[in-house]
Amino acid sequence: MQATRDFSHYVRNLDSGLSHIDLAVEGVSCAGCMSKIERGLSALPDVTLARVNLTDRRVALEWKQGALDPARFIDRLAELGYRAYPFEPVRAETLENEQASFLLRCLGVAAFAAMNVMMLSVPVWSGNVTDMIPEQRDFFHWLSALIALPAAAYSGQPFFRSAFRALRARSTNMDVPISIGIVLALAMSVVETIHHAEHAYFDAALMLITFLVAGRYLDQSLRRRTRAVAGNLAALKAETATKFVGADEISEVPIAAVQVGDIVLLRPGERSAVDGSVIEGKSKIDQSLITGETLPVRAEPGTAVYAGTLNLSGALRVRVAAASEGTLLAEISRLLDNAVQARSRYVQLADRASRLYAPVVHATALLTMLGWVAFGATWHDAIVTAIAVLIITCPCALGLAIPAVQTVVSGAMFRSGVLLNSGDAIERLAEVDRVVFDKTGTLTMPELDVTNAGEIPEAEFALAGRLALSSHHPVAAAVARAARAKKPLAGIEEVPGQGVRGFVGDVEIRLGRPSFCDADRLANEILCSDPEASVVAFRHGDDCHVFAVRQRLRADAAAAVATLVRAGIAVEILSGDREPAVKHASHLLGIQEWRAGVTPADKIARIDELKRQGLKVMMVGDGMNDAPALAAAHVSMSPVSATHLSQATADLVFLGDRLAPVVAAIGFSRKALRLMRQNLWLAAGYNLLAVPLAIAGLATPLVAAAAMSGSSLLVILNALRAHRGVREFG
Amino acid sequence: MEVLVFLVPLALTLGLIGLMGFLWSLRNGQYDDLEGAGWRAIAEDEPVRPDPTP
Repeated sequence: MQATRDFSHYVRNLDSGLSHIDLAVEGVSCAGCMSKIERGLSALPDVTLARVNLTDRRVALEWKQGALDPARFIDRLAELGYRAYPFEPVRAETLENEQASFLLRCLGVAAFAAMNVMMLSVPVWSGNVTDMIPEQRDFFHWLSALIALPAAAYSGQPFFRSAFRALRARSTNMDVPISIGIVLALAMSVVETIHHAEHAYFDAALMLITFLVAGRYLDQSLRRRTRAVAGNLAALKAETATKFVGADEISEVPIAAVQVGDIVLLRPGERSAVDGSVIEGKSKIDQSLITGETLPVRAEPGTAVYAGTLNLSGALRVRVAAASEGTLLAEISRLLDNAVQARSRYVQLADRASRLYAPVVHATALLTMLGWVAFGATWHDAIVTAIAVLIITCPCALGLAIPAVQTVVSGAMFRSGVLLNSGDAIERLAEVDRVVFDKTGTLTMPELDVTNAGEIPEAEFALAGRLALSSHHPVAAAVARAARAKKPLAGIEEVPGQGVRGFVGDVEIRLGRPSFCDADRLANEILCSDPEASVVAFRHGDDCHVFAVRQRLRADAAAAVATLVRAGIAVEILSGDREPAVKHASHLLGIQEWRAGVTPADKIARIDELKRQGLKVMMVGDGMNDAPALAAAHVSMSPVSATHLSQATADLVFLGDRLAPVVAAIGFSRKALRLMRQNLWLAAGYNLLAVPLAIAGLATPLVAAAAMSGSSLLVILNALRAHRGVREFG
Repeated sequence: MEVLVFLVPLALTLGLIGLMGFLWSLRNGQYDDLEGAGWRAIAEDEPVRPDPTP
């Protein structure tokens, strides 16, 4: 039964008679790949567009409607050496793309206006000390107003809207003082221009907008890029199902196209993409991703199967009870929602700073005005000075202080294999003083490994590996991987539930259950010394070997735990697996605190308990059963092999087979938090120098402009220091 | 000084043309893939269709 593949769910038909599909491609990293892929795909007939996006690692394809099956593209890319999967941009990503391009438009308009107004301001500044006549100055000021007013109205929208929303909800945020500053500066400049005054502040208002929009854009682009890469990872994990479209006809479809009541085929070695119940077939299934339990469970007609479980031995027909919204999933997502709400009360550093900052700024401006009136100045002069104070203190550097650091640090984290899901995760990560690990798939590798490879002769091992390539069974896959086998043997026969066999010359070779290979005695010896392992036997004529296969700890798990403990961060294990397995792992890693057999609700309860003790907990986990705990923790992290749900919930995702990125991420975040604080102090300090000038009435536009750009540049330069590595945690 | 009446609008027009160019390129998606665009500029040749080599 060869499955056809149906990707029509992902194809968009355009009005121009063309079809469009987006593919996420793995392994595109350089310009060479880009032209190789574009050439390779364009060579197919009827393809009108094949364009690689190197930033997002995606390919956009267009072809004449109906002329090609999209599966052809996947095959073609496989021939070229790239694994690709169809891809549906999520709504959040589309919205963020629109917002990013709006911010970029605002930045363009603000920068254009600021430069042109500055061009008009410099002659006024120099003219004021030489021989400029008032008519010329007025002409220049009116021209400035003509440029600045519409430009500010357009490019200030991100702040005005947000400030308006905050005020309507009877609260304030950082955008409120910004908006007041901009509007007052523009209004006063117009009034001054009407009264033929020497100074106007159009340039200051526009520069303020330019710098602030730049900060907003940095903040946005950081999140956008991570989301794009994370979206690719989800697509690359190939969440498809094999669905029965007729009595005996199957088709491979994306899970989005599977509905309740459909019947799907679950072959040995496949991971289920749906919840449902078995209607035909017998097998053993591995539920470790769901429950954390490492030993396989029996499945027969009537047994419930959950998305994320791995089918080990026989083919199953499953009636779908829930595809994307399911019983187990619904339960978990209910826990998730509660946990997410609890965390949204976290106040970001920038918000905390602006809450302190805004009242101080407004009070200073008000006092300045009252002070000048008290010392006998006219109301006009007093208001002018007060507004100058407002402009100078406007949180321009404050707006850049945090996004600039976040962007630089997220780039550094990206290079060390950590993707960031949210900007404020950096601040939360820096405060962590306790790390809770899940065991299965997090401290251990997600796949099985051969543990006694050294005891088996190399030639036999290689032969067993080639034989193992013919089997779907995950234990066989572990042998094939360990032997680095590439070429499958020809003429191999599969004996259901037993193993595979074939011939090399005249000699029979077998791989499978110990009884299938007459190796029970040898297998028992291994099981006695290592009761946690699974065994697979290999017979080559009279020669017989037994491989012990088990979940192995990540290579640097012990080193990572030791580094964390040295840095004063407590470590514990919370696992759904059985006690002996967890005890063994914690003993190897030297972790004193561990709990076994815990349910998702237990995990949340434990994390809440730790929180009540005042600890800032980081949860690291990969299974569906970890998702609620990931959301409940102060900050959370998932390996890239984790289930979709866990990855979407985690604040950070780490790549690769090592735990080092987890440790490095904490180091980076601590350095980042330090730089953010420094930046806030730098911004405040610079303002402290400029504010007395403003209060004294000496704040000419030149001083205002210098103070503002100077502090912004200083803050950006300081943020760039995050590029260099971190000393603690390496 | 009457020359300003010509020069200032001229300078603004030039700036405005630049701004229009920026907005046009933004709408055309030229900032969607900055990394790839950098490499495309130094790529030896554009893929030609129909491609003679497989």
